[in-house]
Amino acid sequence: MEHDSVGVSRTQLHHAIAKPKMSAQDINAYFGKVQALKDVTTDIPANRVVAIIGPSGCGKSTFLRTLNRMHEVAGGSITGKVLLDGEDIYKSDAVLVRRRVGMVFQKPNPFPTMSIFDNVAVGLRLNGNNSRKEIAEIVERSLRQAALWDEVKDSLGKSGASISGGQQQRLCIARTLAVNPEVVLMDEPASALDPISTAKIEELIFELKKDYTIVIVTHNMQQAARVSDRTAFFYLGELIEYDETKSMFTTPAKKQTEDYITGRFG
Amino acid sequence: MEEETIVENPRSQEQTGDVVSVGSDLLSGVTDKRRVRKYNLGDLLFKNLTVLFAVVVLMLVLLMAFEMYDGSKLSFQEFGTGFVTSSSWDPVEEDYGALPFMYGTIVSSLLALLIALPLSVGVAIFLSELAPSWVERPVSFMVELLAGVPSIVYGLWGIFVLVPWIRKTVEPFLSDHLGFLPLFRGAPYGFGMLAAGMILAVMILPIIASISRDVLRSVPRLQREAALAIGATQWETTRIVLRDSRSGILGATMLGLGRAIGETMAVTMVIGNRPEISFSLFDPGYTMASVIANEFTEATTEMYINALIEVAFILFVITIVVNMLARLLVWSATRKWK
Repeated sequence: MEHDSVGVSRTQLHHAIAKPKMSAQDINAYFGKVQALKDVTTDIPANRVVAIIGPSGCGKSTFLRTLNRMHEVAGGSITGKVLLDGEDIYKSDAVLVRRRVGMVFQKPNPFPTMSIFDNVAVGLRLNGNNSRKEIAEIVERSLRQAALWDEVKDSLGKSGASISGGQQQRLCIARTLAVNPEVVLMDEPASALDPISTAKIEELIFELKKDYTIVIVTHNMQQAARVSDRTAFFYLGELIEYDETKSMFTTPAKKQTEDYITGRFG
Repeated sequence: MEEETIVENPRSQEQTGDVVSVGSDLLSGVTDKRRVRKYNLGDLLFKNLTVLFAVVVLMLVLLMAFEMYDGSKLSFQEFGTGFVTSSSWDPVEEDYGALPFMYGTIVSSLLALLIALPLSVGVAIFLSELAPSWVERPVSFMVELLAGVPSIVYGLWGIFVLVPWIRKTVEPFLSDHLGFLPLFRGAPYGFGMLAAGMILAVMILPIIASISRDVLRSVPRLQREAALAIGATQWETTRIVLRDSRSGILGATMLGLGRAIGETMAVTMVIGNRPEISFSLFDPGYTMASVIANEFTEATTEMYINALIEVAFILFVITIVVNMLARLLVWSATRKWK
């Protein structure tokens, strides 16, 4: 969707805030006594791509990991609320939350002892789907969605670790999509990949937002500008600015944001 | 900068000659050549010395193998392959066969594995996946402590605690409920294959548990997070981690098996020491290690000694093969993450 003027995008911003897919309210996240996030409040609109940018150690990844309760897996703690369709995910079962909010990691992490097919199918089997036909269909669909099908359709039985890094990352995306999440979190999904694989992942993100809500952490500001509808700038654990990507990169409201995106620090 | 180096120099002079030459070379601007050559000489010496040590270890093993072969020539010639198929062990008639000992060693070791494996893997999963660090550390320490208890202590504990318990509780229970199986028939002596298997299980548990724990830990956290992120429960995540670690755990098991096969003292004290092959675990048996320990001092004839050394040779070969397989498996399991 094109935003011709600031006026249009503001209306849409308003609309999005009225019905956010996810919503973080007063998030404070800690690792032991170290505070990684300070009072972060923000909304994530449905079927949009939200990019999270900021210098290293600013809390981007931590914020992402509070959205599917992965922060606590690494031994962190959190206060505040994270709402998914209006329900607090910290009051429901973490396993169910993670089936609705999938995650793609920085480093491709396919299961090395499983075949390419099983890597995608494993989530379905965990969810209790035992129909061979259905699983095969979903595996194909997911691999197609992840733009990997044509490259691996003849070698589905090969180990998930046997393909290239870029293919592995798309395999991980297919694995995430197979369990049919509503939100997909991506933690610097292209930072370990070559430019061609990166371009493929970016194209993919553009395709995926039709069906999914996407939050992507990225180090690369050009990437944020290319793929996202909205951008959030984090600095020292605080959310400094959050706006339509276009306005953020053309007319940032805060001095810190401007300094960061013009490369004066970070 | 330069001043600092000069100040530090006298101190290094007192320590070693080598360091001085580095320092003075740097200061006086002598070409690198001399320094490099000096270090190469040291490296060369160091390398050859360590190679020598490594070769010594290898030679020791080969020498042992040769000595055992040499020491058992007589019985090799006399009995040939019949030595491993005959179950007669008669020092009076000078008729020797090792089958009952091989049977005893294999059965007691496998029984030990059967008991220890599920326990150890359970302990390993608990320590690497579930326990918070304040529980994990002391428990890990205790597990490793178990591995350090001398086997004679296990043996005494076996005689005074385990055997009476088996005689009064375990064996009557088994024969009441599973007595239809040939495994659990006969009189409850206490001393016998069952006691040997159980005490071996306790002894190999720490090895299998601590190595399995290390293997599980070597699985990157990212693998666990990958599983969690697609909505796996704790148990499902653990299953995926176990799948990644299976060859390593198999290797740990083989190492445990190696220890069980070679264990002597504790087994000798509880197995009953009778060279018979019986399918009932209640009956006494004998192992290769036990017979050597028990009879070596009484072996008076040349043939008797040769037969015992041949038993040792068989034991040696089996243990080495099992251990090599085990190392290979552990190595291949931890290698793939590097």
